[in-house]
Amino acid sequence: MLQIKDLHASVEDKPILRGINLEVKAGEVHAIMGPNGSGKSTLASVIAGKEEYEVEKGEILLNGEDLEDLAAEERAHKGIFLSFQYPVEIPGVSVTNFIKTAINSTRKAKGLADMPAKDMLKMIREKSEMLEIDRKFLSRSLNVGFSGGEKKRNEIFQMAMLEPKLAILDETDSGLDIDALRIVANGVNKLKSKDNAVVLITHYQRLLDYIKPDFVHVLYNGRIVKSGGPELAHELEEKGYDWIKEEVDA
Amino acid sequence: MSKYTEDDLREELKTKEYEYGFYTDIESETFPIGLNEDIVRAISKKKNEPEWMTAWRLEAFKVWQSMEEPDWANVNYKKPDFQAIAYYSAPKAIDPNKTLDDVDPDLLAMYKKLGISVDEQKKMNNVAMDIVVDSVSVATTFKKTLGEKGIIFMPISEAIQEHPELVRKYIGTIVPTKDNFYAALNSAVFSDGSFCYIPKGVKCPMELSTYFRINEGGTGQFERTLVIADEGSYVSYLEGCTAPSRDENQLHAAVVELIALDDAEIKYSTVQNWYPGNDKGVGGVYNFVTKRGLCEKNAKISWTQVETGSAVTWKYPSCILKGDNSVGEFYSIAVTNNYQQADTGTKMIHLGKNTKSTIISKGISAGKSQNSYRGLVQVGSRAENARNFSQCDSLLMGNECGAHTFPYIEANNKSAMIEHEATTSKIGEDQIFYCNQRGIDTEKAIALIVNGFSKDVLNKLPMEFAVEAQKLLEISLEGSVG
Ligand SMILES: Nc1ncnc2c1ncn2[C@@H]1O[C@H](COP(=O)(O)OP(=O)(O)O)[C@@H](O)[C@H]1O
Ligand SMILES: [Mg+2]
Repeated sequence: MLQIKDLHASVEDKPILRGINLEVKAGEVHAIMGPNGSGKSTLASVIAGKEEYEVEKGEILLNGEDLEDLAAEERAHKGIFLSFQYPVEIPGVSVTNFIKTAINSTRKAKGLADMPAKDMLKMIREKSEMLEIDRKFLSRSLNVGFSGGEKKRNEIFQMAMLEPKLAILDETDSGLDIDALRIVANGVNKLKSKDNAVVLITHYQRLLDYIKPDFVHVLYNGRIVKSGGPELAHELEEKGYDWIKEEVDA
Repeated sequence: MSKYTEDDLREELKTKEYEYGFYTDIESETFPIGLNEDIVRAISKKKNEPEWMTAWRLEAFKVWQSMEEPDWANVNYKKPDFQAIAYYSAPKAIDPNKTLDDVDPDLLAMYKKLGISVDEQKKMNNVAMDIVVDSVSVATTFKKTLGEKGIIFMPISEAIQEHPELVRKYIGTIVPTKDNFYAALNSAVFSDGSFCYIPKGVKCPMELSTYFRINEGGTGQFERTLVIADEGSYVSYLEGCTAPSRDENQLHAAVVELIALDDAEIKYSTVQNWYPGNDKGVGGVYNFVTKRGLCEKNAKISWTQVETGSAVTWKYPSCILKGDNSVGEFYSIAVTNNYQQADTGTKMIHLGKNTKSTIISKGISAGKSQNSYRGLVQVGSRAENARNFSQCDSLLMGNECGAHTFPYIEANNKSAMIEHEATTSKIGEDQIFYCNQRGIDTEKAIALIVNGFSKDVLNKLPMEFAVEAQKLLEISLEGSVG
């Protein structure tokens, strides 16, 4: 599904990613962990096509297709979804209106007509029930005055609506209390299939108790310095990152 | 207006040019350029006006000659040469007394392009419409239906003939001829416009609507609108404006007077889309407009405007809250792009007790444009318990445009409560990226953000206009973020 080869990226001439290699196959869940500032969100943004970041070397392939020349919205149309660490506010645009616009933009790109209102409403009802989202919430302005947890839940709601091939969840667990975490994780698990893949960016083991990763990677200083199975996450939880830093910096 | 579907909207979005920039080749009768007493007399004669009207115009002309063009607004432009403009232009083939079937087919084709096919209007039965092309009102629909309720809705030129007592009683009482330079000019030379009278206790059953269009080159448009809502009546009135794309700056100086007698309510909505000039700042309409309404006891006037067009806009729809418990509202969206300049806002003059006013202004600036809100809230010494709430929000796109807010408050009564809130925000790259990531392209993302920003005002417009206004916002801002 996703292949990243020797990816180097910088922002304002400051190198941030320094040679990332990663392969994610359909049906897999990968966790990316690592200390603050190591480049996790940058990696997510670069995959999603944020123009601020300059890709200096390497390539990103989605199902064999090089993403280099594709704008962010075109990548989204191909099934890449990013749950933002810091979702932005759009005053006056309701959650419903926003997701409707997103879905119909993607359908249009695929040469499909707008989704009939009836189907849209049905889908919104199903997905919001799955994530235990109140109907009133859906008519509020996107992310305006949302609590941290509401923002994250709204991201997963959008993911559920858009049914992506590759979902990257950037610290979706932070800001969630334990009940919300369970609901969100259940949602993600329900959306998982053998045809799609999930990349979880997280600091904490607790999310991985709910969504079982197949692989765990440690990102440090712009490189993946260690990869392993779920046990690696436990080890990090216990020992922190210092031993990894020492290993790398030695 | 015909219904716009989402597909139409998308189709429109592909057109980068000013959409209404066509010129219709209809034979027209235009007066020689220049302005003097003889021209004023000639206009009055052309309109078959009674003596009092001619005298009123001549008086206004005298006043105008003694006045200077104001320059306190935050706009820069080459002052028009008032002797280089023709003050009267009428599509020749049209006799206002004929029915629509007799109307010049070219003109009907023009309405089609404007999206206001009169045939459709007839069927739609919800909007009665008057259309003023250049200086003459060419068609008034629904006269009969309205007539049964005693509602008068006709070109003001006809009203002067048919209802001189009403026109004479009210014209110039809200915007006196000497009110300001452009109002004086308008009073001297106005050639047409709409007149509307709603009798006591009557709720007008449909939206009344006027569509203004400048067609001829080298002319100015000076229309005059007078709306009188008698005691306990209600009317919702809409006006729309377009003009062809021309390199010259055309002058539009209108006057609108509203009178809401005791317990009456007037809702006045405008979608202003005069030609804004091109992306180099060449051409475009100078839109210098005086709009004012008077509220008697318990009366209410709401101004809602969506201003997307014109090279220069100078416009402050205002309310004089004379009667106790009267209410004034001003809801505005002003969009400027490229080299457009807008200085717009309102005046709320609280004279009566317990008077209330609300001001919501949304300014959107893009390109190298300048967008100013200028508002006055004045509370007279006898206006016990006056209340005002003002909110002015500015949205900036890019780094080369400007947004300015000039709120003036004059409170002469201690019991007054005046609240003012202002915000300025910028469409951020993060917002756009967020939308992009969800599959929404940048153009659509901007439209979404702008519509969200303008929602409080868009919601105040009647349905058909809201859709058109939304579409206009999108077109006006196309290509404004790189
Ligand atoms: N837009 C930006 N401009 C400047 N520096 C940035 C930008 N985005 C990220 N960085 C820097 O890149 C590094 C990695 O950041 P980030 O990817 O957010 O890390 P993480 O998500 O792992 O905490 C940090 O040093 C951060 O300051
Ligand atoms: Mg991060």
